[in-house]
Amino acid sequence: MASPQSEIRYLTPPTVEVKKKKYCRFKKSGIKYIDYKDADFLLKFVNEQGKILPRRITGTSLKYQRKVSQAIKRARHLSLMPYVADMLK
Amino acid sequence: MLKQYETVFIMTPVLSDDQMKEAVGKFKAMLADNGAKLVHEENWGLRKLAYPIQKKTTGFYYLLEYQAPGEMISKLEVAFKRDERMLRFLTVALDKHSLAYNEKKRTKGFAKSAVKTEA
Repeated sequence: MASPQSEIRYLTPPTVEVKKKKYCRFKKSGIKYIDYKDADFLLKFVNEQGKILPRRITGTSLKYQRKVSQAIKRARHLSLMPYVADMLK
Repeated sequence: MLKQYETVFIMTPVLSDDQMKEAVGKFKAMLADNGAKLVHEENWGLRKLAYPIQKKTTGFYYLLEYQAPGEMISKLEVAFKRDERMLRFLTVALDKHSLAYNEKKRTKGFAKSAVKTEA
């Protein structure tokens, strides 16, 4: 027998959880301008209460997160999106 | 070179069709008088508001895109504020990315309507 480490054998190889890398969807698809008039699209960046989701969750880069938040705030002003909501999704 | 701006405004839903056209006409005339060049206009029609404004739950949305001297924007905003038919308005200066985006959207929309008329 070889070294003690190799004595443990698995029938199925152990599944190590692979973290999926987050990416900025704007950088990836080359979107330069975020339209505040497109409320359906902006809905992807808020939670069901209508709050803006953090970068930590969406993976958006800082540059575009600023633009997303600006666009959402404009959409809210024009009543295209709610300031406060319940069960938005 | 004149900067390009875009204004979206919401009118009260109590207006009749003619009254609405008159209100839009007033602002378009004002733009023309102040040396602005209208690039694009869009009537979104009656839409539901995401939250009530002045106890109204719907409103007529209208979009104007124009090139204008910067001094006239404040004048225009004052006129919007004074007009009781306006629920909300928002004026945004367009940068090169938004200009490209609007242009693309317009030509795409045009292509779509062209197909529609053909069919």
